[in-house]
Amino acid sequence: MSNISEIQTIEHDVIVIGAGGAGLRAAIECSKQGLNTGLVCKSLLGKAHTVMAEGGMAAALGNVDPRDNWKVHFRDTMRGGKFLNSWRMAELHARHAPDRVRELEQWGAVFDRTEEGKIRQRNFGGHRYPRLAHVGDRTGLELIRSLQDYGIHQGIHVHMECTVLNLLLDGDRIAGAFAYWREKGRFVIFKAKAVIMATGGAGKAWRITSNSWEYTGDGYAMAYDAGAELVHMEFTQFHPTGMIWPPSVRGILVTEGVRGDGGVLLNKDGKRFMFDYIPERFAPETADTEEEGNRWLAGDKDARRPPELLTRDVVARAITREVKEDRGSPHGGAFLDIASRVPEEAIKKQLPSMYHQFKELAEVDITKQPMEVGPTLHYCMGGIAVDADSQQTRVPGLFACGEAAGRMHGANRLGGNSLSDLIVFGWLSGLGAAEYIKSLSSKPEINPSQVEEARSEAVAPLNRESGENPYLLHEELQTIMNDNVNIVRTKEELETAIEQLEELKKKMQTVKADGASQYNPGWHEALSLHSLITSAEMVTRAALMREESRGAHTRIDFEGEREEWEKVEVIVRKGESGMEVIKQDRPAPPKELADIAYATLEELEGTNG
Amino acid sequence: MAERTIRIWRGDENGGEFVDYQVEVDEGMVVLDVIHKIQAKDANDLAVRWNCKAGKCGSCSMEINGRPKLSCMTRMNEYEPDELITVQPVKTFPIIKDLVTDVSWNYEQNKRIKPLLPKADAAGKDFIMMQEDVDRVQEFRKCIECYLCQNVCHVLRDQDKKGEFVGPRFMIRLAGLEMHPVDAADRIPQIRDEFGSGMCNITRCCTDVCPESIGLTDNAIIPIKERVVDRYYDPVAWIIRKMSGADEKREAEEKAADAKQAELQKTV
Repeated sequence: MSNISEIQTIEHDVIVIGAGGAGLRAAIECSKQGLNTGLVCKSLLGKAHTVMAEGGMAAALGNVDPRDNWKVHFRDTMRGGKFLNSWRMAELHARHAPDRVRELEQWGAVFDRTEEGKIRQRNFGGHRYPRLAHVGDRTGLELIRSLQDYGIHQGIHVHMECTVLNLLLDGDRIAGAFAYWREKGRFVIFKAKAVIMATGGAGKAWRITSNSWEYTGDGYAMAYDAGAELVHMEFTQFHPTGMIWPPSVRGILVTEGVRGDGGVLLNKDGKRFMFDYIPERFAPETADTEEEGNRWLAGDKDARRPPELLTRDVVARAITREVKEDRGSPHGGAFLDIASRVPEEAIKKQLPSMYHQFKELAEVDITKQPMEVGPTLHYCMGGIAVDADSQQTRVPGLFACGEAAGRMHGANRLGGNSLSDLIVFGWLSGLGAAEYIKSLSSKPEINPSQVEEARSEAVAPLNRESGENPYLLHEELQTIMNDNVNIVRTKEELETAIEQLEELKKKMQTVKADGASQYNPGWHEALSLHSLITSAEMVTRAALMREESRGAHTRIDFEGEREEWEKVEVIVRKGESGMEVIKQDRPAPPKELADIAYATLEELEGTNG
Repeated sequence: MAERTIRIWRGDENGGEFVDYQVEVDEGMVVLDVIHKIQAKDANDLAVRWNCKAGKCGSCSMEINGRPKLSCMTRMNEYEPDELITVQPVKTFPIIKDLVTDVSWNYEQNKRIKPLLPKADAAGKDFIMMQEDVDRVQEFRKCIECYLCQNVCHVLRDQDKKGEFVGPRFMIRLAGLEMHPVDAADRIPQIRDEFGSGMCNITRCCTDVCPESIGLTDNAIIPIKERVVDRYYDPVAWIIRKMSGADEKREAEEKAADAKQAELQKTV
């Protein structure tokens, strides 16, 4: 294919990149707003990473505990995020999540029910009340299937197994995207007035991760290359409970629902060690004896929640510490025991996929034996910086939502706030894109030289006579990140990572893909290295700049939260001579929101409205 | 760890052949791990679909020693140490390349199915549904769309009657909608006339291969067949329906639900 005029061109008003929960919800909204909508996804529809989400989606419906309301949810989210969250995004999220969940039910989702026949809600770390609408431990599947089954009747044009490689610009605004069809290996140009990035995170830059193969930071890198800013990239969440044995399953998620439903963490001496790790900020709201924790689990509303349900950053660090101090389980983790706490039938009913996962992959019966678990890279709190209300980036016509966007979760995301994030901000980004397109006075044009450049970059790995193996380069990246940009960080390690990433970038220039372009995973791997390495570099440089420990970002050389760092955020963007990393002042919080975030629970209970 | 021989089908729509690979197998590995290892080392362009590697997305369906399975949930130690392991793509769908097939036909079937239509009195409000009334629906919603059931269904695999039968995956989708407590749509005529409920002869192969242990045959397909029979072939039921005006009631309910949806659309 030599002439770009031979490249297939498809025109839509808007294209949504990524078909997980955020992308599907965004596409549905675009279509409802009357836009000709294209939904482009790397995999088959319904297979996106959302499908792996287990525990539930947080929304203050108040079905199980009527004291819950959006303000308490907002307060929990801010406290979980160590107050770095965008105040406005956390507000929008908490206010709108209930309606977005109700809407899912109208569209076909079948949640677990309460005794009264309403949507049942479960407890989760950092959430004051049972708040997570769920379906056993397969809530992500329910979310994606509901949106998929509804979405296919909304006139959306779905382009499956199509990988977007570059954004195309007309001046500084969006004109479309350049992509390739996996099946035939042919290129395609999408002409569009707006693009919504719903590409998820970049977990595949680490070796031990709960993320699926798609999580290669495509949206981060494409937005960065197009001139957008990224924010909070240093905050990468290590979920405390990933499988650790056998080696081939290391990293696979074990839902927080296990602890929400009564599971406890034990060290090799059988001690419930989380009682030793309760941070001061959470002490007044956390049980300090096993007896109180048990009463809470039994539904005593005066009891406080057990420390196993502290936020993920706290629990992940505690497990890491236990292992480091030689109190870990045989394969270097902690024991997660639900067998001795919940009857066999209830475990099978509430946690069916955990039961099967351990039975089939680890030959462990979780109704009889404890699981062995340890931290696994799970989620990027950081992402593309967007306007809180419209989800637009600083590139006109470029929007982002879900894990691809930053600021909603601050320094640490609460479990259950991701699925609700997807449907709230997917919806808002659809509205934002529609608004933007309405305001356009002229149609953006595709610049042929950008297409030519993108095309020649894409075919380069296929055309080389010899070169680096893309799979081995990816493994090298995972080693760099696992060794140096992990759960606890130091200046030296981060600097080592940057040096090694620079070396890796050079090697990437000579990557070679064997075979032809037709459904070639080696070529695909070669093309995803740029996004992976760019994302990894953003995380590393941002982590080096933030000299404090807050939420998911822990620097042993700068312990504890530092007040001056609450006032700023780290921004990453493409500069004249490479990656620019700057500190940017945060606006002061709106008074009414600050009042809620710093209020006592008593002041907020039962104030829905 | 042990070295083993894995035989993998390589090729495309124009044909192909089995190729043997030698690979070191470590403790706990599943078949997909072995394929990835071969891919990274000896065959960079070996095509295989996968996403979650945890049995949740249903992407990595293939036939392993003749048995349709998810390769991410098939442990190597299920096989004897000296047993040759042969891996090939699912047979029922056209080959794209190596282990990847074109499953787009399934997506076309789903589009033909009328989605949930909430009853007029439930539309726009919180549904009140008891757990015991949704247990069955939830069982069908566990489906991860791996299409292993479609792959083994005789009607689709051996008789190649894709134009006449939607297959077990979509029979359970239909059953889940028909059994939904607040659904008002009537899909029974379409199930008989277009989706081919009569084609299934209940050999239960679909149920045997379901990685989610969904009772496709007994819990979905047979009850749906019974609903079709009740509607069209049971004279007693027909008389009762006529006497009680059940047909008219059902039609009125569907109409009211449609009208309510149209009204809700306007107010958005």
